[in-house]
Amino acid sequence: MSMQLEQSPTTGDDVITNYTINFGPQHPAAHGVLRMVMELDGEIIERIDPHVGLLHRGTEKLIEHKTYLQALPYFDRLDYCSPLAMEYSYVLAIEKLLNLEVPLRAQYLRVLFAELTRICNHMLNMGSHVMDVGAMTPNLWMFEIREDCLNFFERASGARMHSAWYRPGGVHQDVPLKLLTDIADWLDNRLPELFGDAMSLVVDNRIFKQRNVDIAVVSKDDAVRWGFSGPMIRAAGIPWDIRKSQPYDVYDRMDFEIPVGTNSDCYDRFMVRVEEVYQSAKIMKQCLAEMPDGPVASDDRKVVPPKRGEMKQSMEALIHHFKLYTEGFHVPAGEVYVATESPKGEFGVYLVSDGSNKPYRCKIRPTAFSHLQAMDFMCKGHMLPDATAILGAIDVVFGECDR
Amino acid sequence: MAAVLHSAPKVSEIDGIADALSKALGDMLIHTKEEHGEIVLGVERERIEDALRLLRDDFDYQQLMEIAGVDYPGRDERFEVVYMLLSLTRNHRIMVKCRAAENTPVPSVTTLWPVAGWLEREVYDMYGVLFDGNTDLRRILTDYGFEGHPQRKDFPLTGYQELRYSEEDKRVVYEPVTLAQDFRSFDFMSPWEGAEYVLPGDEKAEAPDVDKPKTTEDKNDTGADPKTDKKAAKGTKADPPAMKDEEKSESGKEKGDEK
Repeated sequence: MSMQLEQSPTTGDDVITNYTINFGPQHPAAHGVLRMVMELDGEIIERIDPHVGLLHRGTEKLIEHKTYLQALPYFDRLDYCSPLAMEYSYVLAIEKLLNLEVPLRAQYLRVLFAELTRICNHMLNMGSHVMDVGAMTPNLWMFEIREDCLNFFERASGARMHSAWYRPGGVHQDVPLKLLTDIADWLDNRLPELFGDAMSLVVDNRIFKQRNVDIAVVSKDDAVRWGFSGPMIRAAGIPWDIRKSQPYDVYDRMDFEIPVGTNSDCYDRFMVRVEEVYQSAKIMKQCLAEMPDGPVASDDRKVVPPKRGEMKQSMEALIHHFKLYTEGFHVPAGEVYVATESPKGEFGVYLVSDGSNKPYRCKIRPTAFSHLQAMDFMCKGHMLPDATAILGAIDVVFGECDR
Repeated sequence: MAAVLHSAPKVSEIDGIADALSKALGDMLIHTKEEHGEIVLGVERERIEDALRLLRDDFDYQQLMEIAGVDYPGRDERFEVVYMLLSLTRNHRIMVKCRAAENTPVPSVTTLWPVAGWLEREVYDMYGVLFDGNTDLRRILTDYGFEGHPQRKDFPLTGYQELRYSEEDKRVVYEPVTLAQDFRSFDFMSPWEGAEYVLPGDEKAEAPDVDKPKTTEDKNDTGADPKTDKKAAKGTKADPPAMKDEEKSESGKEKGDEK
């Protein structure tokens, strides 16, 4: 039985008119620059009009003016909490147009780091979610895990956040063996301990449950009609995960479970993410166990540049390198829509190529856009402080939402 | 069809789905295309809502994931509106598209999926495509009071307006864009693959201008005359005397100091 919605207080014959407030654009619980115009009846939300676009940087327009490779780093800057998951859709879209085969080791590396990205993203989201509803400590503890993840990214690509490490045809550089063994150690020893500690403070916490259970219950039907994806649709009880149903790279070799919610409230969304962290760790362990040796990028020299050592020996390699970093590679004309399971949900790239070296159109399908649109009906009838819990459970990042 | 080598997401393969869909859509369909593993259905603009309702109800495409606009300025109806549909039960994706011009509204599909509200707002904001039946067709991503539709191909990358905080006025002011450096557009396309610029030297390939025969440069044109040449030659000996003296005196001093 779900909770009864609050009734507005009556004051006899005095009429209290609704009033409108601004939530954000500069608000610590707005997760970036979100302005929500809220119509309140007392403390009860009547209507929300989210104003997005304050972080609109024209990414899609800029991409049309860059070669395919030059456009890649823009994807890191979309959802800056899970940069590699953003690159993933884009490189897969290019590979689909080129029909380019990716070596097995590169596929394993991409899956490994996509899952590390998922853990990294969930640490930030869950941390900020519990902080939005009043708890400080778990956030700090989870940042310790996030710090470890960022260190791994740095050791793989040289950059903590904006890696630009996935490339059409594979990954940019191979990783040292020590990094893989360190990740394995971390998965065995550090992650379960740190994450378990942090979660022991939250999942059964009375205050946390009071703030999240039965808040913003969304029916299965609504979740489908409002274009939900990722943890939001799974919390509604629909076992939909693109990694499972439309596997890309080596996800079809991985053995993992899809957590689903039963009550479709903010608490379920949180708990789905908690379980996803454990499932991600499971996938990473399989990757580490099964990863073969071999090249980490396609040897198609019309797409993937040669190694520097090769360039010093071979004129052909030098020419390829020069051409790929000036003109770039050409992608056959056509259009594809490629969506992957980013930590936040379905992140899609609609890529239209006219056969030249620049994308004719690159439409980015952000996850937060459709979720944020549902804020209005999810918040209706809830109290003002519930809005922060709902927003935290959506997991919005404005770099991606506003593009 | 060539073998699938890439590792992009694999949807389930349903035999004859493209034919079944085009048959069901009947005269609503304009063209159908199956390329790169994607099924694209072109539908008449006026009947897009009916077509999508049919696909949602009879073919189980329950989710509308995205509406994308594309601009092809060369066409009569320059915009394309592309709907990405996803079937959760049959694990399949299709794209449905229709064409539109600036003054031909597309029927809104907010009646079928509430999520279409913002998606249509974005296409309107970026391209100026109107959606008939969308009750809340405001701009969404661009600034309050923005003019123009930035994703159109004829909208410059730099835009028209820029803003900064004015210390004098104590507020943000809008000004026309001034570029500190010329806008640089690098076109690295190979000349034999359709580059759109004239290679240096190629302009000479055109027929010479016969009315103005080419002659040796006149003194008046270049500005040089014997007088200036003479002035310039003054005082330019191979080794200037003044400098030599300075060098001698300096080296003498140093020697003296050492002693």
